[in-house]
Amino acid sequence: MLVASQALLWGAPRGLPTNFTVSQRSLPLPLCTIDTPPHPALSLPDLHVMYLLHLVELASLGDQPHGRGEFYLFCSPCYPCAGNAAAAWPARPARPLRIASVRGGGACPGHRARPSMGEDTDTRKINHSFLRDHSYVTEADIISTVEFNHTGELLATGDKGGRVVIFQREPESKNAPHSQGEYDVYSTFQSHEPEFDYLKSLEIEEKINKIKWLPQQNAAHSLLSTNDKTIKLWKITERDKRPEGYNLKDEEGKLKDLSTVTSLQVPVLKPMDLMVEVSPRRVFANGHTYHINSISVNSDCETYMSADDLRINLWHLAITDRSFNIVDIKPANMEDLTEVITASEFHPHHCNLFVYSSSKGSLRLCDMRAAALCDKHSKLFEEPEDPSNRSFFSEIISSVSDVKFSHSGRYMLTRDYLTVKVWDLNMEARPIETYQVHDYLRSKLCSLYENDCIFDKFECAWNGSDSVIMTGAYNNFFRMFDRNTKRDVTLEASRESSKPRAVLKPRRVCVGGKRRRDDISVDSLDFTKKILHTAWHPAENIIAIAATNNLYIFQDKVNSEMH
Amino acid sequence: MHGLMDPLHPPHLYVLFHKYAYHAQQFEGTMFARGLKRKSAEDGEDVEGGLAGTQATPSYSLQRQSLLDMSLVKLQLCHMLVEPNLCRSVLIANTVRQIQEEMTQDGTWRVVAPQAAGRAPLDRLVSTEILCRSVREQEGEHPAPDGGGRMPGLVPGLSAVPSAQALRSPQSSLWEVDSSRENRGGFQKSLDQIFETLESKTPGSVEELFSDVDSSYYDLDAVLTGMVGSTQPGHGSGLQAFTSAATPPPGSSCRSDLGELDHAVEILVET
Repeated sequence: MLVASQALLWGAPRGLPTNFTVSQRSLPLPLCTIDTPPHPALSLPDLHVMYLLHLVELASLGDQPHGRGEFYLFCSPCYPCAGNAAAAWPARPARPLRIASVRGGGACPGHRARPSMGEDTDTRKINHSFLRDHSYVTEADIISTVEFNHTGELLATGDKGGRVVIFQREPESKNAPHSQGEYDVYSTFQSHEPEFDYLKSLEIEEKINKIKWLPQQNAAHSLLSTNDKTIKLWKITERDKRPEGYNLKDEEGKLKDLSTVTSLQVPVLKPMDLMVEVSPRRVFANGHTYHINSISVNSDCETYMSADDLRINLWHLAITDRSFNIVDIKPANMEDLTEVITASEFHPHHCNLFVYSSSKGSLRLCDMRAAALCDKHSKLFEEPEDPSNRSFFSEIISSVSDVKFSHSGRYMLTRDYLTVKVWDLNMEARPIETYQVHDYLRSKLCSLYENDCIFDKFECAWNGSDSVIMTGAYNNFFRMFDRNTKRDVTLEASRESSKPRAVLKPRRVCVGGKRRRDDISVDSLDFTKKILHTAWHPAENIIAIAATNNLYIFQDKVNSEMH
Repeated sequence: MHGLMDPLHPPHLYVLFHKYAYHAQQFEGTMFARGLKRKSAEDGEDVEGGLAGTQATPSYSLQRQSLLDMSLVKLQLCHMLVEPNLCRSVLIANTVRQIQEEMTQDGTWRVVAPQAAGRAPLDRLVSTEILCRSVREQEGEHPAPDGGGRMPGLVPGLSAVPSAQALRSPQSSLWEVDSSRENRGGFQKSLDQIFETLESKTPGSVEELFSDVDSSYYDLDAVLTGMVGSTQPGHGSGLQAFTSAATPPPGSSCRSDLGELDHAVEILVET
């Protein structure tokens, strides 16, 4: 039974307030406060919480006298600290911090003043009607990838604006039973910027295609993030101590007047507010002519591979100016091109094995020991086409959009347009299990081709024990299949159904015939609301679902929750 | 540059998509009988369901033709500033190839359809007309008899009849580049030409779609000239003008439009 533990929302609707707080740790202290006329959206007297507004909106508030690139957090007029003031935050990252966790209202961290009401803001008081009226989504806010790290403590998301946000799970504490290991913003940084390729007169999108965590080897965390062309290795470190007591400099860093220094002291480390620092350690550029669609870290923790439409390269994590090409399916004559690589992954245990999927629905398992160039597969996994279901769209819907090894390493999970399939590495002839995700779309393929939805690339995920598989669908639905009991469930990720600690209700799509009360009919599915990216915690039953610009985190609650 | 369509306002493409929506609805079995006569009595038959046993029925070939048209236009509409998605292009091209093969087997590759020259084919899409103009520019042959006016391919049932009027003027300005060869009506002939081009020269000529993709991959010119079977840069210029003019939606920035305009001018000047 799945319970909504958090609904973390990206960004605020344009110019509109949202009832969020921002965790203290994620924001540095404000640089200054200035008096500006209140933003028109803030003239709502009954709102008592802090608002997050988009940089796009805020930057247009005229030339800020205090500097460029800064962004704002506005406080409501009811805060004693605010009035008409705005707190200016330094532009690190350049775009505004988005999210907050829905835990009710709170103080503006910049001013450290509690609202006069004392207790947590009652969210019922907040007028939500405008949120529904203005469901504006900035393109840059659309989440494009979600990934848990190897322990599940950290969750990274990348968006179309090139930004990466990392969430950290709060340790469960007895003092606050309500925050049962909820995820909170840990760090935000701008990973990729849009580039312009002058030679080809084309823009290179900054959208983060994939994020992969490296296994943790010391106190720092590392991850790889990639856009269409460039992969970057980021190192995330924490700093919670600071040396104090310098001899020559005082606390603010100014040089001391030497005449006042009468004795020598040894600087000591004093605790400070936790600061999370992210720095780019490596940039792996110019390795790919075509768009990178996947990256995968090898189990040897020294190498990783990146795959684009026609080639797969093997990199060493420490070497950025060289990569080895291990798969090249580019035909000598581009006229003969009929198949592209769609996804690839290293085997979780065998550092010589990797698999890549193609647009024709086949999987190729390659062994790097066999040859330097692994064009010749060791195993080819392909299911023969079902002649009764043949149509002009057969090939398109057979194109594999995602491939994932099971945690055990024995199975592979593939997602094509209408199904998910489980393959046994020992059997190449056909998958051992096939699950229909949304077979009711089979009769709609022409429309879906026309509006390009047939090219949507859905991802899939295993749970920690490889017993349940999950994938997304349309209308903000996602599906889970239990491999043992053969039961499946359809759930929805939406704000209405995701009040904190609300139990998710199974949904059903009816295809005609008897229609139950809460069923959705196929024709009323919203094809703009698609869940392409999902992730499952490596050990526990916690899932992260990205629905356009929203991130939902659901947990399995075995014991019923009291309020 | 004269003769080039205003890159900021490519209205004809939007009308095309209206037509697609219209067609797709038909084929999904939700019949809105907006005055469109269908030859066969079948209704509610979608493209998939119709495939297995109705090889030769007119409605099936109608649907197949529409799918072909849709695919061809999809291949044209790549983003100018952002690299086109290779996977999507390959999948669409494979679909086109599949249709082409099937049509070759059927012997319907040269469509000698019952549509007489005088009667405007109701279910054809303007897109093929546009493509055919480019074909004619390439081939330079077939002085076709005038078979129904310049714009035979409009669906009368389409409510946006005024858009048809709007279509004419941008269309004419667009094709002023090769003004000597425009105004060949005869949709039938133009259909022949595109099929002929597709099957001409080498058996799998639609593969020429990707000719020179590697070096000039991001050059739409290559995609389109490959489509119509010619790789001569000179002939591609008109097409290039078309795509560069047509591809940016009106919402795109001036900067991008100017860039395309420059690009298009460059190509034209070269040739």
